[in-house]
Amino acid sequence: MENHDATAPTPDAPASGVGAVAPGSRRRSWWRRLAPGAAVAPFLLYSALGIGIPTLGVLYYAFRGNHGGWTTGNVSAVVHGIYLIGFENSIKLALLTSIIPGIFGVFVAYAIHTSRSQWLRRMTATASGVLANFGGVNLTFMFVATLGSTGVLTLWLAAVHINLTSLGFHLFTFSGVAVVYMYFQVPLMVLAITPALVGLRPSWREAAENMGASSWRYWRHVGVPVLMPSVLGGMLLLFGSAFAAYATAQSLTTGIIALSPIQIGNFINGNVFSNYQNIGYAIAFGMLVILAAVMTLYNYVQKRASRWLH
Amino acid sequence: MAPLDAPSAGLELLAEEMAPVPSFSTGRPRRRIRWWRGIVLVVTAAFFLIPIYAGLRFSFQGVDGHYSLSTLKELPKAQGFTAALWLSTRLAIATVLVAVVLMVPTTVYVHLRLPRLRRLMDFITVLPIVIPPIVLIAGVLAVAPLWLKATPYLLSLMYVILAMPFIYRSLDAGLIAIDLKTLSEASRSLGGRWYSTLARIILPNIRPALISAAVLTLAMVFGEYTMASLDLWTTVPVWIVQFNGAANGHIQIAAAMAGLVVTWVVLTVIVSLDRSQRRRARG
Repeated sequence: MENHDATAPTPDAPASGVGAVAPGSRRRSWWRRLAPGAAVAPFLLYSALGIGIPTLGVLYYAFRGNHGGWTTGNVSAVVHGIYLIGFENSIKLALLTSIIPGIFGVFVAYAIHTSRSQWLRRMTATASGVLANFGGVNLTFMFVATLGSTGVLTLWLAAVHINLTSLGFHLFTFSGVAVVYMYFQVPLMVLAITPALVGLRPSWREAAENMGASSWRYWRHVGVPVLMPSVLGGMLLLFGSAFAAYATAQSLTTGIIALSPIQIGNFINGNVFSNYQNIGYAIAFGMLVILAAVMTLYNYVQKRASRWLH
Repeated sequence: MAPLDAPSAGLELLAEEMAPVPSFSTGRPRRRIRWWRGIVLVVTAAFFLIPIYAGLRFSFQGVDGHYSLSTLKELPKAQGFTAALWLSTRLAIATVLVAVVLMVPTTVYVHLRLPRLRRLMDFITVLPIVIPPIVLIAGVLAVAPLWLKATPYLLSLMYVILAMPFIYRSLDAGLIAIDLKTLSEASRSLGGRWYSTLARIILPNIRPALISAAVLTLAMVFGEYTMASLDLWTTVPVWIVQFNGAANGHIQIAAAMAGLVVTWVVLTVIVSLDRSQRRRARG
């Protein structure tokens, strides 16, 4: 961290270059002292108003009663009944759509990383970048065209006498949401794990082989232990992304599925009548607590992972 | 939400109808690894390409089963679509303007003069990824004053927050890639002030990063549903969900696919421009 600049050159320092330092007018030196603050203040203020205040607002209202006054009623209501089920479903969904795409994403990333085709590698990198960011309404309707009742894949499977509905798959319920989430979770995992695969040095494998290690033993003692923190980190990222997602689940299920984000949405829309008006904020508070735990774990795992990444 | 370091070519996916299986080499040692790679790639390609194919087929196929452009022609005539498109466009422009004015001078200044604050910037700009949009909008609607809630541009102000992570990341990468210190010192030694250094030296040098940040922001605004729907403004994604047409969902699917294809085309163009520019720069 070097402080390369001329914010405050000492007066007796020789001016470097032609006209480097304007003749020290008083206006200018006054500006120089304030400039750092003035340049950063708008951004800090904007972040405080746009991120800080709303978050504090959520925390505040989570502990406010219907008619003012502090209460823990909202929070204790949230850990019971339908709201508890909402958290359970959200966590189940997030686990399902972080573990399966997490493992699958590692295989995809490895298959591409070890491929000799430059074209394939570049295309996957860019496609992952696009697809990982592509949840929401458009994704929902693309899957309606694919797996809806008259969807293309539904009809293809029907032609070979496979009925997804009788197998327990419904696009507009939990199973459908899980499948649709995979569409952005797998690319996200590919993006997250590729740096770790790049860090897996060929010389380690050669060293293991020189000492007579089989492929299995190389992975057992070198590859998997080195990759494990990064894989876990990627999965935590996926967990957070699935846990927080609202648009895809809401547009797919029209809000009938019991997931925490959707329950918050129903409260904001005023679709819920409850003894506790502020329960929506208590659910939001609960989500923040869970995500804070996930991020703490993520930071810890990232520290472990960065040991091998240079 | 995800780190979008290399936005680009989704279109190549469309062009690629079949799975991109690498050619099998005859080299024995690699053989074992190659068959599972083939399987993984075929499954992946199927999972990602079949929905795209299905979406496009629904967009070009009328309810009667014939292929035509009729569904796409219906789209502008569908009730409320043009209004939604106009609203999304205004929000997108406002978002990009505010985001650029807010983020660019700050990021450049922090890189140049206050490197100690970079960690703080890193931390703040990662918050919108960690805090779910649904929680953020719940808080905003709870605390925002009424006059602000009455205007759709409240959404633009929040979209700037949502765009912060990738705008900052993009500018950060762009600024690291150029020799900021030398450039600004050269400019200063020629008598350039802070503003003219920024506008005439630094901005032209990080133009690719700026453009890709702006395009990503546009794409984000045109696809954002959570905040728009809860703030009760009918932007394009909200319209797609709410529209109740007779065409059995074909119109909504066509609108969704149109949005995707436009996004992909623009991203592809931006990335290829960026690449050719970098190649020229390398000489």
